[in-house]
Amino acid sequence: MNYEAVIGLEIHSELKTNTKIFCGCATSFGAQQNTQVCPVCLGLPGVLPVINKRVVEFAIKAGIALNCKINKFSKFDRKNYYYPDLPKNFQTSQYDLPIAEFGYVDIEVEGKQKRVRVTRIHMEEDAGKLVHSGNTIKDSATSNVDYNRTGVPLIEIVSEPDMSTPAEARAYMEKVKSILEYIDVSNCKMEEGNLRADLNVSLRPIGTKELGTKAEMKNINSFKAVDDALAYEIERQEEILEDGGHIVQETRTWDPAKGITLSMRTKEAAHDYRYLPEPDLVPIITTDEEIEAYKKGLPELPEARKNRLIAQNGLSSYDAESITASRQMAEYFDEVLAKGADAKLAANWIMGDLSKNLNAEGKTIENSPVAAKSLAAMIALISKGTISSKIAKTVFEEMWQTGADPESIVKDKGLVQITDTKAIEVIVDAVIEANPKPVADYKGGNVKAIGALVGQVMKQSKGKANPGVVNQLLKAKLDA
Amino acid sequence: MRLFDKPAHVLHDMLVHKEITAVALAQDVIARIDEVDGNVKSYLTQTREDALKKAKAVDEKIAAGKEILFLEGIPGAIKDNICTKGIKTTCASKMLENFIPPYDATVMNKLYAENPIVLGKTNMDEFAMGGSTENSAYFPTHNPWSLECVPGGSSGGSAAAVAAGTAIWAVGSDTGGSIRQPASFCGIVGMKPTYGRVSRYGLVAFASSLDQIGPLTRDVTDCANVMNIIAGYDEKDSTSIKANVPDYTTSLVQNVKGLKIGMPKEYFVKGMDADVEKAVRAAVKQFELLGAEIVEISLPHTEYAISTYYLIAPAEATSNLARYDGVSYGERVDGIDIVDMMTKTRSEKFGEEVKRRIMIGNYALSAGYYDAYYLKALKVRTLVKQDFDKAFEQVDVIIAPTAPTPAYKIGSMTNDPLKMYLQDVCTVPLNLAGLPGISIPCGFSNKHLPIGLQIIGKPLAEDTIIRAAYTYEQSQKFHNEMADLGGVEA
Repeated sequence: MNYEAVIGLEIHSELKTNTKIFCGCATSFGAQQNTQVCPVCLGLPGVLPVINKRVVEFAIKAGIALNCKINKFSKFDRKNYYYPDLPKNFQTSQYDLPIAEFGYVDIEVEGKQKRVRVTRIHMEEDAGKLVHSGNTIKDSATSNVDYNRTGVPLIEIVSEPDMSTPAEARAYMEKVKSILEYIDVSNCKMEEGNLRADLNVSLRPIGTKELGTKAEMKNINSFKAVDDALAYEIERQEEILEDGGHIVQETRTWDPAKGITLSMRTKEAAHDYRYLPEPDLVPIITTDEEIEAYKKGLPELPEARKNRLIAQNGLSSYDAESITASRQMAEYFDEVLAKGADAKLAANWIMGDLSKNLNAEGKTIENSPVAAKSLAAMIALISKGTISSKIAKTVFEEMWQTGADPESIVKDKGLVQITDTKAIEVIVDAVIEANPKPVADYKGGNVKAIGALVGQVMKQSKGKANPGVVNQLLKAKLDA
Repeated sequence: MRLFDKPAHVLHDMLVHKEITAVALAQDVIARIDEVDGNVKSYLTQTREDALKKAKAVDEKIAAGKEILFLEGIPGAIKDNICTKGIKTTCASKMLENFIPPYDATVMNKLYAENPIVLGKTNMDEFAMGGSTENSAYFPTHNPWSLECVPGGSSGGSAAAVAAGTAIWAVGSDTGGSIRQPASFCGIVGMKPTYGRVSRYGLVAFASSLDQIGPLTRDVTDCANVMNIIAGYDEKDSTSIKANVPDYTTSLVQNVKGLKIGMPKEYFVKGMDADVEKAVRAAVKQFELLGAEIVEISLPHTEYAISTYYLIAPAEATSNLARYDGVSYGERVDGIDIVDMMTKTRSEKFGEEVKRRIMIGNYALSAGYYDAYYLKALKVRTLVKQDFDKAFEQVDVIIAPTAPTPAYKIGSMTNDPLKMYLQDVCTVPLNLAGLPGISIPCGFSNKHLPIGLQIIGKPLAEDTIIRAAYTYEQSQKFHNEMADLGGVEA
């Protein structure tokens, strides 16, 4: 039987507020353990939470950007469960009246558009961090708790099970990340845990509607892990179903080192969270005017920006999607264009050599050694014919290594393209003389044979000959 | 001259007029503690060390011709569920036996600004769960009027201290009657303000939507003055009300002419003590004589208030008390792993009544029971509130007994929790509705135990309550009699 996967995501995103959700403690990452704490976030007896208004603002902005309806009456609830990283042994979250509902995100995978519905977005507090003496709480003699993260604001974005492949799930998560970055509500640094997802996946025979039994994988914190964990899990479930078995509803963990998912707890062992309206906080009332004001304050979102690049700059849908995936990348692109560079060349260089180098060195575009204006200058040299695209690769590499500007690299290294017809003609003649076979082939009707001759000319000119001129001269001489 | 037997406003005037010194006052109240607290047992922790030094500073201030604030130099006591920086706050629980808060409750900041002499933290039912102070994990407090009787609860230590003269004033908390009922049992004045009138920041939560801090004092004048100090919006408590606080002392006038007083028939219940009924009905008559208009009213959902309260309060308590797990503060009982440690800590360090309520609360919130219990209780709570809304369309205040009986003997009800819960019938409806109420002395039983009269007001109408209470008090003077604990020419 052929199965299709049904995938839904719960994305947790830390909001980039200066202070925690219910107290005035700082939220900076990497601070010394237990230095960003106070009686409120430590859950000492007698303390009360006070909502950080910025959290509500950020959650509403996320709701608007993800095309949600903002609930004008929203409230907090307590989710009760015991865990040592949770000082009050309940998490203040939202249950039946979340801040935003009924949204969607459009994604594009392999040229196909798809709309993924967003069920809801709710606000909640993060828990602390356990530091074990062993690997897990079970095999540790002692564990310590770092409460710095306790009370850091989170939004949880819950999708409908609208995705059917790991690629779609990844594209959805990338899009959500991109949107949150654009509206500047989260740092989205996955390596710092700013953005993590719980993946829900089940299988059903293709063509059927009924949902199968799902498994949930918790705390997935990289795009690669989204791909790998889903691929593994889909295969695991498929094997079980093929063998006539049943999927157990359970929570599983992804072990990236071993590349497998492992059972954590089954549905029977799942918590009964005993939700209760949070009596220490008053409901959150949002007016139409406030929603309108937030809407107006939002920047251009990735989808709009992508469409603009297609319409105004003639980029392909794929290129525009890639460029606008990150706000910083899109801004870099705009800056390169503002310096007069050709849009298509700019897109090619950014998505090509620049991205390749950034990835190879684990750098982000904000700390690219090649500034936008340098790349623009290099592209101008190509457009003017001063250097060839091939030479440009060498120039770019030099720019990357030394940070020097392209004009001086070209000058210092003598990389200026030879466009002088007479100088090139000398080499062309010599090459024709020395390569009778390709010449004969070409003349015999194999037009492709000219490639070898062009290659020889370029080689002898050390790549500096203008390839257009070389082609033109060769053809003229051979066709004569 | 003994001083412990006088209300704060009298002592304040005496200080201002230099008839007494703050040192003499502090010494006298401390002496009173030494005389009687061995029997009454109001205090869990005493903080008398720097009392005389502080009192001396107040005397110097007076000598220098400076003005003093109302509570300045007046000894008082704090219920042990209100956080006091640097002073143990145990909630009368083994769980917090050695817990010293690193911060002060907002109410403490407000009180400290008056520069009073705080003599200590008072006994209570563990985590404020109970109505007799017998649920203290340490010892029961005794009623100064009859040492074999309970002082009421859960603010029994605060009420007994004020009644015994071991504190001139005290603060307590009221979740279902925990200020008013012990005030009634001990023959003093106790007020539960409107929900949100006084900040709860730093009050160790029992049931957050019901808890409220309030004063326990010798008379209505002191009550009004302490309310002036503790009431007001607090940005640290999202549920506190952003409304101006009137000067409650301006309500200390003897005038109830034309005041419409409602008498709810449901509060004069079967099984009510005959002496209580007699005293309360006499008080109603007295109000009539004073010019008030008595209107019989109905609060039809009163009979459901107890069951509603005993679902909502434990549900919130179960969540509020979840934090006591032995992980980062409070007591810890070691276990073989984290779950074992938490289980042992909670099993051994919580008392029976606390555990009973945690279990009731968990049950009410559990999947499959939530709608039938907790949600239903929330709906009935609204009905109880609507009863009052409707009644207050006709009347200005409502009067009722505070408790159906006078103080009962220690140990006489401990084996019957349900019977004990039913004692709260006259007080819990106010907490469910968030309304203010006061208990003032209105006479004695045939065994000469105090009886309390409850006056209930509209939201934020503490001023009206104080006016009615003051008018009645001044016409009767029941408050002038103090418990006779012997050895004193009061």
